[in-house]
Amino acid sequence: MTKGLTKINLVALTFGFAFLYIPILILVFFSFNESRLVNVWGGFSLKWYGELFRNDDLLGAAWVSLILAAATSTLSVVLGTVAGFVMARFTSFRGRTLFSGMIYAPLVMPEVITGLSLLLLFVSIDWGRGLGTMIIAHTSFCMSYVAVVVQSRLVSFDRSIEEAAQDLGATPFKTFFVITLPVIAPALVSGWLLSFTLSLDNVVITSFTSGPGWDTLPVKIFSAVKLGVKPEINALSTIMILIVAVGVVVASLIQKRAMVERQRAERLAAAANE
Amino acid sequence: MSAGDDYDDRPSAVLVSGDQGGFAEWLHVRLVRARLGWAAPFVLWLVGRFSGKGMVIAIPYTFLFVFFLVPFLIVLKISFSETALAIPPYTDLVEILDDGFDYYLTFKLNLINYWTVLSEDTYVRAYLNSAKIAAISTALCLLIGFPMAYAMARASESIRPMLLMLVILPFWTSFLIRVYAWIVILKTEGGLLNTMLIALGIIPPDEPLRILSTEWAMYIGIVYSYLPFMVLPLYANLEKMDLSLLEAAADLGCRPTKAFWSITVPLAMPGVIAGCFLVFIPAVGEYVIPELMVGDNVRVIGRKLFTDFASERNWPLASAVSVILLAILVVPIVLFQRQQARLQEAGQ
Repeated sequence: MTKGLTKINLVALTFGFAFLYIPILILVFFSFNESRLVNVWGGFSLKWYGELFRNDDLLGAAWVSLILAAATSTLSVVLGTVAGFVMARFTSFRGRTLFSGMIYAPLVMPEVITGLSLLLLFVSIDWGRGLGTMIIAHTSFCMSYVAVVVQSRLVSFDRSIEEAAQDLGATPFKTFFVITLPVIAPALVSGWLLSFTLSLDNVVITSFTSGPGWDTLPVKIFSAVKLGVKPEINALSTIMILIVAVGVVVASLIQKRAMVERQRAERLAAAANE
Repeated sequence: MSAGDDYDDRPSAVLVSGDQGGFAEWLHVRLVRARLGWAAPFVLWLVGRFSGKGMVIAIPYTFLFVFFLVPFLIVLKISFSETALAIPPYTDLVEILDDGFDYYLTFKLNLINYWTVLSEDTYVRAYLNSAKIAAISTALCLLIGFPMAYAMARASESIRPMLLMLVILPFWTSFLIRVYAWIVILKTEGGLLNTMLIALGIIPPDEPLRILSTEWAMYIGIVYSYLPFMVLPLYANLEKMDLSLLEAAADLGCRPTKAFWSITVPLAMPGVIAGCFLVFIPAVGEYVIPELMVGDNVRVIGRKLFTDFASERNWPLASAVSVILLAILVVPIVLFQRQQARLQEAGQ
């Protein structure tokens, strides 16, 4: 059924999207404000972007955040893919309930609890806090997101091609790497990107598990915002929003192209069968 | 294995049992080619000890066990200890006393932290307040999110992916930035909303609206940040709905409003439940929103826990606070996990 939007649906969408987007747009708009005040338009200016790029403290923190996010998302994709595979394919093994609990609980667990518990673990095994502990801490919740994404992809997976590969003599491992992995690759890409943004954004768990000298960008922004509203933060936010928007659009274009290609391949295969 | 290959460590392959031989052989060849042949016997022994399936399960299992489950047990342990001027700042539960003649192994379970949390009014009120704020925010999310998800699911198929992307996009932009945006808008002195309302003459210039630092700021912050978590499961659910059911109802003379309440809503329940859990559970322990938007005026437990830990440096007390918070949330968490597992299995 593809009838147009009814009036009430249109109102719901307009209201919802206005609510979601107006604050973000205001932030972007005032990043180009000449005035230091956020409620007075003092003319167009890029000066806050200039200030931002002269702020070595923030740039250093941004660098830490990027390294942390890249390492976290890579480790999360590896562990999360295996976890998602286990959830989707091994329906009965001892401890599966606990395993599924450990996958789903991090999705909703309040961050203060996860952060405190990881800190106490690191302290009690005397593991000095730094980049390593932050990567572990971020991975412990990011991998759950990857696992869920991969699991739902595997559930809708046509297993007959895996069976065909195994009938032709491929080992389970070879089948996984040659057949399964390429098919679920888009899920891995979205899992990686999701982990990247979650890690890049985290304040609470980072503050618990980071060591001195390893302040990340969100932690810096957090302390700056606590002290008050600053136009540099608007400029920084605009840059981050821009990067995310470009990333999401590019990712969706890639996914769309992959889908078109797959459909073409399927049509070709169907034609060859006739 | 074909003859003439440059490895001859065959006995080690014997350790590997049954159907995993294929992988063992593959791994062995790889290790030898990578000039790591010396490691092969050990690795093959490890592989042989566990079946391939066991190994695959063991990797994520071990990680989550060590870095998700064990930490909670440590929190539980430390919640029974006392705060101390030491590094780390708490006492050990098990101590060895030496009085010169004998050694005594003492084991102390200290309940003072639980007593503090359960008897002090500020803590009890903070728990109740957090639960209330989270529940109201969840209801508001549902109120805004359901019509949105419904409209998205009933929009024409060609624009659905774009609408979906528009919901996901704010979720991908930094949570912190979105909270900051609301501070810019709501500030009492020189906030955008107040500037606008004063300029329009709706409110007098000397009586600006106080929203920041009140409970209202909590609701706005939580609803705004968590709305996508409500919309996405609802949309996924409503989009799959079999619309012929509604047509059948209409054919039988059912009015659209009645059909909505007696068909669409019950069918959407799994999405409603998932969305509510995804908003409610993390919102109870929220720290960033109360810290940035509210401050001391509204006491919530997430912020109390963080202050006990960071400013007071009372780690055992913070542990007891989080054990009780977890005890409150364990029922919704288990229900959420069960529901998700059931949904995934239904997909299979």
